[in-house]
Amino acid sequence: MINTETIKNTVVFRLSGHLDAESHKGFHVSEAELVQKHIRLINAGIQDWNTDFVMFLYKVLKKTPVENITAESLPEGMEQLLFLALQTPAKVTERSGRKEPFLDRVGGYALYLAERFGCGVDFIYQCLLSWRRQLRGKAVCRSKDFWMTLSECGPKALLIVSLISFMVGLILAFVGALQLKTFGAQIYVASLVTIGMTRIMGAIMTGIIMAGRTGASYAATIGTMQVNEELDALKTMGISRTDFLVLPRMNALLLSMPILVLLSDFMGILGGCFMCVLFWDIPLSEYIRYTIQSFNITNFLVGLFHGVVFGWVIALCGCYFGVHCGRNADSVGIATTQAVVYAIVWMIIMTGLITLACEGLGI
Amino acid sequence: MTEPIIRVKNLDIGYGDKTVMSHLTFDVQKGDIFIIMGGSGCGKSTLLRTMIGLIPAQTGSIFIGDTDIVTASEKQKIEIMKNSGVLYQSGALFSSMSLAENVALPIQQYTNFSAAKIRDIVAFKLALVGLAGFEDYYPYEISGGMQKRAGLARALALDPQIVYFDEPSAGLDPISSKNLDDLILQINKSLGTTIIVVTHELPSIFAIGKNSIFLDSTLKTISAKGNPRQLLQNPPNKKVYEFLTRGDSYEKRAQ
Repeated sequence: MINTETIKNTVVFRLSGHLDAESHKGFHVSEAELVQKHIRLINAGIQDWNTDFVMFLYKVLKKTPVENITAESLPEGMEQLLFLALQTPAKVTERSGRKEPFLDRVGGYALYLAERFGCGVDFIYQCLLSWRRQLRGKAVCRSKDFWMTLSECGPKALLIVSLISFMVGLILAFVGALQLKTFGAQIYVASLVTIGMTRIMGAIMTGIIMAGRTGASYAATIGTMQVNEELDALKTMGISRTDFLVLPRMNALLLSMPILVLLSDFMGILGGCFMCVLFWDIPLSEYIRYTIQSFNITNFLVGLFHGVVFGWVIALCGCYFGVHCGRNADSVGIATTQAVVYAIVWMIIMTGLITLACEGLGI
Repeated sequence: MTEPIIRVKNLDIGYGDKTVMSHLTFDVQKGDIFIIMGGSGCGKSTLLRTMIGLIPAQTGSIFIGDTDIVTASEKQKIEIMKNSGVLYQSGALFSSMSLAENVALPIQQYTNFSAAKIRDIVAFKLALVGLAGFEDYYPYEISGGMQKRAGLARALALDPQIVYFDEPSAGLDPISSKNLDDLILQINKSLGTTIIVVTHELPSIFAIGKNSIFLDSTLKTISAKGNPRQLLQNPPNKKVYEFLTRGDSYEKRAQ
């Protein structure tokens, strides 16, 4: 039971009986009644109590300064618990839930984008500087890191790249032959697959696989280092993070990408061959003859060039989002997602630019 | 001080084939503040992690109430852990959740309370640890000491009977560390919670410890038991004395 009575400046709470979550049902005291008042808590025969009741008292009294509250012969634990909760006044949080006007938000977002773009350009510049330092032999980076990342993004990616490229060749041959059959020109499937794979598809497929596989891992690794303050440690040691973290990763990808693209080209053509010989009844010798006929060294080199550019884009995106990762578990996830998404977007943009350039140069 | 709440018998702990500590036998009384002390790397934290069921024991038993956590099923383990709270060394707050959400998580998991009631409980628990009004803050916005106290609020969320502390004063300044010790004492006194603390901080050990065990890394077992102050007065062996006095010579001690 709980009774209150107001005597001049003092509100007296008389507590008695069993005090638990149920005992304050129907009891109500408004905040206005307690403002500027002294509170006296009197034990008028408490039989037992639990934390639920103390919680309720805390809720009622939390706006009252603790020096205005006196407790008289309350059970020992109860009094202590209540005053433990009341001893530090509640911090008033001044976070407004006010929504920003629409134009403010648009403008703020535009400024944010511009800032991020500036950051990205600066990052690329830093990477180029690191490269120059490395060429002069002044960059601080461990060759062990390079070999480790190289094995991670080279040999260990061979299987998945082969598998996917084989399937892409297969599909390209199937869909192509389906259409060419109507003209009775099925044999040109060989040319379609060869030109398609060597010029662009090999590089694109490898790029997407490597963005998901290696770009994501770069972002997650470096992002976790950021969370663990390892990047701060590098900074205070005066070691450039682009030298130490980005260079080995970028070099490893730049080296392995053309080789993977080469493999992808070959596996794609193999997949096309498999489909044509087994399903479209084209003789193997014919397929090989047409493949060799339509193989063009320029296309092949343009494909490899795509691969190198994609490798650079993937490494930059992975490292950039890793380095600019926030400091909690969530932000590592965000950094990884962004690394993959931006890598793929920039690969497509780069493909467009390279195609335009080739067109202009007449390649 | 009648029935012990935790009874550990002939416990061997370690990782895989490697045994870190063996033949551990001790009781923890209800309402005690029990210190597990010992040098760095001696297996204090391993013992704690075994007691809360994070790593399996090699042999022996740990009775918490009437259940042996070594042989308990997953269901029984959850029942036991509902009655205990753990404050991890770095707080282990979920960084993507506000303090209120962190404290509310176990309550939402194990009770059917209404949102309003959970809000009241969270406000009360945060007030208990001196963080009233910090509901909407995120762990990275508050200091290390505050993170520990928020972790304690989360550990206390379900009104546990036992609260485990892993190195509570690690990384805190002396004042924050003392405040946390006071808080441990106050919670022990007002809620009657049994408290088990893994630490090697001497001021904390003497300030809060009612009972303790000392883990000896060379003997690989318990080499002393009892109230830390009494252990200091009547040291049972050289290593305990040196530990409790920060390396004073055992032979030259005041007669």
